[in-house]
Amino acid sequence: MAKAAAKTATTGTLRRPALAGREVLAGGARLSVLPPAERMSLRAPAASVAALSRALGLDLPVKPKTSASSGARTALWLGPDEWLVIDQTGDPLADCAKVKALHSAVGISHRNVAISASGPGAEATLAAGCPQDLSLQTFPVGACSRTILGKVEIVILRTAEDAFRVECWRSFSDYVLDFLTEAAGDAAG
Amino acid sequence: MLLIRCPYCEEERPELEFRHAGEAHVARSGDIAAISDEDFEKFFFIRSNPKGVVFERWRHVHGCARFFNAARNTVTDRFLVTYKAGEPKPEISAEDAGPAAWANREPAELNETSSSRLKEQVTE
Repeated sequence: MAKAAAKTATTGTLRRPALAGREVLAGGARLSVLPPAERMSLRAPAASVAALSRALGLDLPVKPKTSASSGARTALWLGPDEWLVIDQTGDPLADCAKVKALHSAVGISHRNVAISASGPGAEATLAAGCPQDLSLQTFPVGACSRTILGKVEIVILRTAEDAFRVECWRSFSDYVLDFLTEAAGDAAG
Repeated sequence: MLLIRCPYCEEERPELEFRHAGEAHVARSGDIAAISDEDFEKFFFIRSNPKGVVFERWRHVHGCARFFNAARNTVTDRFLVTYKAGEPKPEISAEDAGPAAWANREPAELNETSSSRLKEQVTE
């Protein structure tokens, strides 16, 4: 929440992130709304990947459904020339600004809300609304994908064997949290 | 649920992540103003719509967001092959296309077959 929070201090307006601090313990899973983070949508051709990787301090993943992490920063492969970069402390946009290679970096920090689902029922909770195969064999730790939950688009990152990070658009966050809460209750049985 | 192989994600994904995007390999004229009205009509409105194998554009809209092409049998709904946009149209042999006779059957005959098959299963 580094830059996003610092900015509000100077303007004097109180920033209220959607669902801030909400936490649900339902059935086999714990759902918690994660603190704000810096997020960047990065588009770049293959020729620019090396330069961008150096600037960001991590190797941008080029294999489908994979992610790469370095410290508090994670880059998620979304498409052949598209990544979602999430950073809890630094500002990835500032790092990309120095890169001369062709790319498009757009700040989307405030567009998304992140919800973590963890616990033995986490996989079943997400599977209630996500049609993808989320078993460990096909969706191992570190795997990520843009996909569907119920009727909205989400991005899933598996952070541990029994933990996921779900990124959704801010305006859909109510729906997603309610959906997951219901699903977690069912996952217990 | 249909599973569709995305050539960019290199795996089969559920159909809910995809969106159909019309017929593939419809070439737009380089000089669209110069072509005749009849040719424009063919390019703009007329689609092949065969009973059997069709070549279609699909978009993995809730995944990698890429457009790609697919060959699908409209009778069986089976996807025969998917390939990246810009790649040449693949040759599909009659055997690949599934039971070729299906495409020439009347709808009533198809229903007959499926209902008689159902009866067999029930008696088993």
